[in-house]
Amino acid sequence: MSMPMYVAPEQLMKDRADFARKGIARGRSVAVSRYADGIVFVAENRSTLHKISEVYDRIGFAAVGRYNEFEQLRVLGIRQADLRGYSYDRADVTGIGLANMYAQLLGSIFSSGGDKPYEVELAVAEVGDSPGADVIYRLSYDGSVTDEPTFAIMGGSAESVSKAIIPDWRPDLPLATAVKLLVKGLTPPADPAADTPAPVLAPEALEAAVLDRTRASHRKFRRLTAPVLAELLGSSS
Amino acid sequence: MPHSPAVADAVRVSELAPHGTTIVAAGFPGGVAMAGDRRATMGNMIAQRDIEKVFATDEYSMIGIAGSAGIAVEMVRLFRVELEHYEKIEGAPLSLSGKANHLAAMVRGNLGMALQGLTVVPLFAGWDTQRELGRIFSYDPTGGRYEETAFHSVGSGSVFARGSLKKLYHEDLDETGCVTALVQSLYDAADDDSATGGPDLSRRIFPVVMVATADGVRRLPDSEVAAIVDQVVAGRMGRPDGPAAPLL
Repeated sequence: MSMPMYVAPEQLMKDRADFARKGIARGRSVAVSRYADGIVFVAENRSTLHKISEVYDRIGFAAVGRYNEFEQLRVLGIRQADLRGYSYDRADVTGIGLANMYAQLLGSIFSSGGDKPYEVELAVAEVGDSPGADVIYRLSYDGSVTDEPTFAIMGGSAESVSKAIIPDWRPDLPLATAVKLLVKGLTPPADPAADTPAPVLAPEALEAAVLDRTRASHRKFRRLTAPVLAELLGSSS
Repeated sequence: MPHSPAVADAVRVSELAPHGTTIVAAGFPGGVAMAGDRRATMGNMIAQRDIEKVFATDEYSMIGIAGSAGIAVEMVRLFRVELEHYEKIEGAPLSLSGKANHLAAMVRGNLGMALQGLTVVPLFAGWDTQRELGRIFSYDPTGGRYEETAFHSVGSGSVFARGSLKKLYHEDLDETGCVTALVQSLYDAADDDSATGGPDLSRRIFPVVMVATADGVRRLPDSEVAAIVDQVVAGRMGRPDGPAAPLL
């Protein structure tokens, strides 16, 4: 009879974390930030597969990592939100409820013995009636949740993107300024061999959306299409 | 006993819960309009004077409901959730025909209740973003789905409303003209059907009117509907039967 090889739990968890982190680092970054009228999502994304999505009236979702895994989580979130809103009331669907569901799920997948951990990082954002009520939750592959008071950057180059955004970031930036700042941060650094700076990402290479509290409809989520983005990025404000 | 047991049951069911009454819809170049009166009845009682029976189901479609109010409102709520759910999961809305077909299945699902007297008859309309025109769909309690041209009405006062629209409607009416024709037809329905409420001038309760165009669904504010209603009522002061159509 053969004995399974002993692996220390610390080592097991570390290996799983390294595996998940490596998967996440391969993808391009997504930025989720507060701005004057709500929350803005910007991602570098040239494909038609979305990284940003509406979940409910006031709740949006952004993700990086393995597409099939975060798509499954996105659908699950929408299903839970719609079911809860239908069973009780639209006002009973909250960002924290959704973040808790994702945290439980990611946490149990990460620490269960059999499956591989999910290679994803998520953000759940909810816009409130006033800027003070806006929330951004960042969820990691291991189920840990962070309540981000300013902005959340996920993906491979999260640290360098954050560094580029921090100096000019304020909580009450108008939409155009906030989008420009996030796009500047997401633009990959120039090749050190070339002497020209890297060109800023074009609207066609971006996916962006807002949760806009000033929107008249009960659904506050709105995608920023390429023409709208071009106008925002081109404006001088 | 004057009634057979089945008839007595049906009468009791109609007295059990509020019933919605007349909904009308008509198309105009560039859109489609829908209006509903505000009365709900329980048997011969007026259950509510300001019930709303016309709802926006999503950005480009709307529904009006006649029949058992509780079941109808629940059906609308589920229908709205399902349209929104589909749109969020797929990243694109259903086609207008797709929405209309789904509603047919929901109406058919209520057939058992309909046979016991709790019928729901919706009228569905919206702007078809692919074909760029306004479309109207009617249903029967078995889930039959019928596309209507020009105009249609459902509910207890629908025969009178339809007769009225036959004489007043032209397909070249503009938005305001189309809404005026709908308000006239609701007035005629209320005139001859006791379950349909006319405009309540003393309480300022007016029909709910919605319009779907390429810009989406818009509920006309009470001030706009009031202006049209006041004109219609002023006309009826001189001629209670409404505007006369030429004989030939």
